[in-house]
Amino acid sequence: MQAIGLHFVDWFIILFYFAFILGMGFYLKRYTKNEEDFFLAGRRNSAWVAGIAFLSANLGALELLGMTGNTYKYGMYVAHFYWIGAIPAMLFLGIFMMPFYYSSRIKSVPGYLKLRFDEKTRVLNGISFAVMTLLVSGINLYAMALVLHTFVGWNWDISIWASAITVAAYVTLSGLMSAIFTEIIQFFLIWFGLFLVSVLGIVEIGSVGEIMRRVPEAFSKLWSTSADPTANGMMITWGGIVLGLGFVLSFGYWTTDFLVVQRAFSAKNLRSARMTPIIASFFKMAVPFIVIIAGLIALVLAKDSNSGFALMSDGGKLNYDSALPMLIARYFPRGLVGLGITALLAGFMAGQAGNISAFNTVWTYDIYQSVINKKASPKHLLRMGRAATIVGIVLSVATAYWAKSMPTIMDYMQAIFSWVNAPLFATMLLGMFVKWITPNGAFWGLIAGMGSSFTMYLAVKFEWIQAGILTLSGKMGASDMAANFWRAWWAWLICFGVTVAVSLFTKKKPEAELVGLVKGLTPETVGAHVPWFKQPAFVAALALIVLVLLNVYFW
Amino acid sequence: MADDVKKMKPIWFFVGLVLTFMGGVILISGIYDLLARVEYKTVLARLHPAIWWGGLMVAAGLIFVLANRNATVD
Repeated sequence: MQAIGLHFVDWFIILFYFAFILGMGFYLKRYTKNEEDFFLAGRRNSAWVAGIAFLSANLGALELLGMTGNTYKYGMYVAHFYWIGAIPAMLFLGIFMMPFYYSSRIKSVPGYLKLRFDEKTRVLNGISFAVMTLLVSGINLYAMALVLHTFVGWNWDISIWASAITVAAYVTLSGLMSAIFTEIIQFFLIWFGLFLVSVLGIVEIGSVGEIMRRVPEAFSKLWSTSADPTANGMMITWGGIVLGLGFVLSFGYWTTDFLVVQRAFSAKNLRSARMTPIIASFFKMAVPFIVIIAGLIALVLAKDSNSGFALMSDGGKLNYDSALPMLIARYFPRGLVGLGITALLAGFMAGQAGNISAFNTVWTYDIYQSVINKKASPKHLLRMGRAATIVGIVLSVATAYWAKSMPTIMDYMQAIFSWVNAPLFATMLLGMFVKWITPNGAFWGLIAGMGSSFTMYLAVKFEWIQAGILTLSGKMGASDMAANFWRAWWAWLICFGVTVAVSLFTKKKPEAELVGLVKGLTPETVGAHVPWFKQPAFVAALALIVLVLLNVYFW
Repeated sequence: MADDVKKMKPIWFFVGLVLTFMGGVILISGIYDLLARVEYKTVLARLHPAIWWGGLMVAAGLIFVLANRNATVD
């Protein structure tokens, strides 16, 4: 049974959106003349454009639905993903890492590894990242088709192919510029399309205070129940939140995942590139006002037998992802329903476009040019980028159908990040801040980190060991989320340790080759003509203050 | 090619177009439903959210469009 019926007006809005973004692809094609335009949007974006795109590349509809549902299930703890699990890493990227990324004029994160270390490290990361983006792009497609099928009654195949063909068209035409434009439009559609759910929910219940009064006490706390894993729904301690989520997973994603970092590369100068994640951090902190509030509203209404509200269920099991669609069906008349569905569609498609634009860049520069055809001309690389887009979309569709056949594919998405991003963060951190780390140290550290993470995943999945051993909670057991957080921490630690150990016994690169790539060998940049209140460090400090205040308020 | 690059409209202009168009459709739909006394089964239908939210989108969209109508990106 579908939750939401669509009227002609809703269809009109949805079809207008498809036509508009295709039109944008054609419009922007005339400004996509060379490979720098295609892969890096010409490096001419302002900090605001790059910043909103940076956030939107991460803010997918899958996350919006999933996190609203998770809030229904776990309460305020979900806010950790948006606050401690994102902000410190985003600010660290802007203040400390961006000078190395941007000033070296690299086109991708693996490109940095080539300059700092060697070709084999770059190719290793390039291949693992390319595989990851294809898997995540396919999972996005699958999730989109699942949502539209479940809540709106759309046909699986039509949903997958209509979305895939549209994204293929506009990314092939205009590359990263199209992806960024659609991400920014997505950002506004998500706020206008979904924030209204929270507004109407607050009006119906009475106030935010009333909502907090009516949820179980543990659901309204952020930290005070984290000393004991049995005291909170996520079954996690503050150690797992801080080390696993707040440090390794968060830094590993926000500072090394090329999907988001690529947006900062498109900025017009170093100051704009540094401001990109800092500006994005303010909007990131605001997302819980859509997701968390909506999830708590759904919980309050579901507990009130007079409200007539309930989540969808499948064979007696609650479908938590239905929280947001059921609220849309509850409050939105025709027209607004079309807007809400378009916001979700925009989120899914922008997520797919982001993954594909990151894939085509990494494939073209870090695999094709570095291994297969070193003498390719810029024109040839541009053609390769367009071809890689089409092939990437086709492979994503294949991955989407594969995902459809697996019962727990969503778990794999979280696990994938802990296999690739967590150890990579150790490599990048050491590479950027420690001069004597060697190419062989980086390569073998990355192998050890990724290999150990994957091995730990299999060990828990096939019950070779108990999850409680990884999470240091012994026989008390652990949730899948806690296991993910701790596995990421151990993988990071292993990569860090092996990198340092191997570096002690292998040959270093000459310092002359590391200028601009490592702290201590890179000239410090000072924004001489920018007033103090526009300096990245000052704005980052403001963001940090807001973060602390939010955590204290919801302690 | 240099002239083409200078004539590109900024993204904010297109954001304004999308908000204005979608907001306008929602606003008109809401006004029509009010005048035709269409009965909704949605909660808080008496507040006519399509009208004021659609109006808000149109207002925001027009601000973006008008502020960027002569703007171009280098």
